[in-house]
Amino acid sequence: MTLYILPKEQLPVFVDKLKADFRVVGPVKTETGFAFDDIKQAEQLKLDYPTTILPPKKYFLPQREVLFNYHTSINEKGARQIDTEPVFQDVQPTIIFGVHTCDMTGISLYDKVFLEGFKDEHYLARREQILIIGIECLKPCDDASFCKDMGTLTAPPVYDLHMTEVESRYLIDTGSEKGEELLQKYGEVKLATTDDIRDLSRTLSAKWPRFRHRLKMSRDQLPSLLTINYGAITWDHLGERCLACGSCTNVCPTCFCFDVQDELDINMQDGQRTRLWDSCQLHEFALVAGGHNFRESKASRIRHRFMRKGKYIHQVHDILGCTGCGRCERACLVNITIPGTLNALHDEMQLDANPAAG
Amino acid sequence: MLGTMTPLETTTTPRKYNGTSSIYLPTVATITNAYTETAMEKVFTVRLPGGENLNHNPGQFVMVSIPGVGEAPISVMSSPSRTGETFDLCIRKAGDLTGVLHDLVPGDQIGIRGPFGRGFPLEVFKGKDILVAPGGLGMAPARSLIDEILDNRDQYGRLIVLYGARNPAEILFRDTLREWRGRDDIDLLVTVDHPDESWVGHIGVITRLFPRVQINPFNTVGITIGPPIMYRFVIIEMLGKGLNPTQIWMSFERRMKCGVGKCGHCQVNHRYSCQDGPAWTYAEALAFEEAL
Repeated sequence: MTLYILPKEQLPVFVDKLKADFRVVGPVKTETGFAFDDIKQAEQLKLDYPTTILPPKKYFLPQREVLFNYHTSINEKGARQIDTEPVFQDVQPTIIFGVHTCDMTGISLYDKVFLEGFKDEHYLARREQILIIGIECLKPCDDASFCKDMGTLTAPPVYDLHMTEVESRYLIDTGSEKGEELLQKYGEVKLATTDDIRDLSRTLSAKWPRFRHRLKMSRDQLPSLLTINYGAITWDHLGERCLACGSCTNVCPTCFCFDVQDELDINMQDGQRTRLWDSCQLHEFALVAGGHNFRESKASRIRHRFMRKGKYIHQVHDILGCTGCGRCERACLVNITIPGTLNALHDEMQLDANPAAG
Repeated sequence: MLGTMTPLETTTTPRKYNGTSSIYLPTVATITNAYTETAMEKVFTVRLPGGENLNHNPGQFVMVSIPGVGEAPISVMSSPSRTGETFDLCIRKAGDLTGVLHDLVPGDQIGIRGPFGRGFPLEVFKGKDILVAPGGLGMAPARSLIDEILDNRDQYGRLIVLYGARNPAEILFRDTLREWRGRDDIDLLVTVDHPDESWVGHIGVITRLFPRVQINPFNTVGITIGPPIMYRFVIIEMLGKGLNPTQIWMSFERRMKCGVGKCGHCQVNHRYSCQDGPAWTYAEALAFEEAL
């Protein structure tokens, strides 16, 4: 909405001021890479990080979340009694700093999933307290990225503030009134001049050639590519390699499926109903009482994951379920990649159309 | 009318919201009656606080929970016409939750969420001949539909029930079946896969009953509810009777953890069975590779 500038040396001051009133989280250096974590000192915040192991989805949907506490008892007549009390976990004013544009796309999908139809009050309570400060990606994270293919190189309208590093300053776009207030109250900012805006345009134009294409097709073709290739041999090949470990779905910024489990305290009366990240790659994900499993084979489960990413989620929510962040590729133990798979489907289709080419 | 079909409602239409502060928080209900139906099934009568009407459609389900054990989707057995302050659930002992449920007695409390999903569209069924083909435990949700029709008998045409069970001991609602046999306004055929010495009825899988009935395919709706394996065979029989795919309804059993279209477990292609189902037409299912 409005563009401001913040000199780079002012960033720690801005972060420190925010810390007084908010939990501030952002990318910090760890022993093995980068991760979103609480910012204890402003210097910890690394806005030029390549990627994180987990996306910031953990602040929107915790890996383990208590939905309600319960107490069970036996009354004087010997009947089982139930008391429940809902729990809204991790609800606190939070600022997520340095969110990449791909991960913002993931957050915009989460908002659709949890707030459309039945409203998920647990998600909503946290969401209302979260402010997102995005960072414009000026170079690819690494070779696993394919954000350019997936169209996530620019920020979706989910941010409260969005920062672009331009030489010695950040240009900050306000995406919401809350963001505007935040900047006015905590930041030493000035309105951007036409010179600033010209520099910004130059920076944004210069970044595109640095990102490479990895898909042999355009993302608009993915739903039809997957429809045509439902019976492709590629799925069987993947099923032979896949370990069904669920790493890919754990690190995915758009995976939101969950399991619900009851935990019981040692007194056998009190406990919590929890929800936990689940994975459609695990064997029991579609198993029903009586023993029928709707996705018995690994091939059918990995196909389901791709169908969701490239077709089903698009059918329901009108955005693709893959952001091109590359995390599943980095996490996969047997080197299954999304671009590699989609390209294999594309090649298989060419082969079907022209057998002589094989 | 041939080809009439309820459009798939979008997932953006919440069906019922019980007014609590969390969609995952069950309403605490009380079991008011429980009796043993077969060696595997018990029927429980459940009362919501204040005797509130469940307000469901035949084919819809509720999420039943026992805190400390878990939660599972269970079809409602009672018809809307017989649901006042209480409703019935017919529950097979099949896992941890249902195992504990079978030990419960009147006075015990359980958690209820729902009803959820799209049930059978009675407004589409009205005025038509109804052919219901339940298999095994599918008789429980079928009861909801059959009783509803019997209680509003003049609004529907013929009622034909073809029921298949694995063996005589697993036949549900024997007293009720006997009563139906005595009525002129319902045609009932029952078969078992594995007869014992006492069995004098039809023998064989449910599809063996189809040649024994004649229907008017231009004004009939076929409904089948049962284990997943049964559908493809029953559907072939229904198509063979002249029904077209939009006239055939079925209920999809899937693993469900939330009931509200979030957790991802019950997905059938891009649809959630807990929201857009569990009742589907065969025409809808034909568009889904994952359906059958």
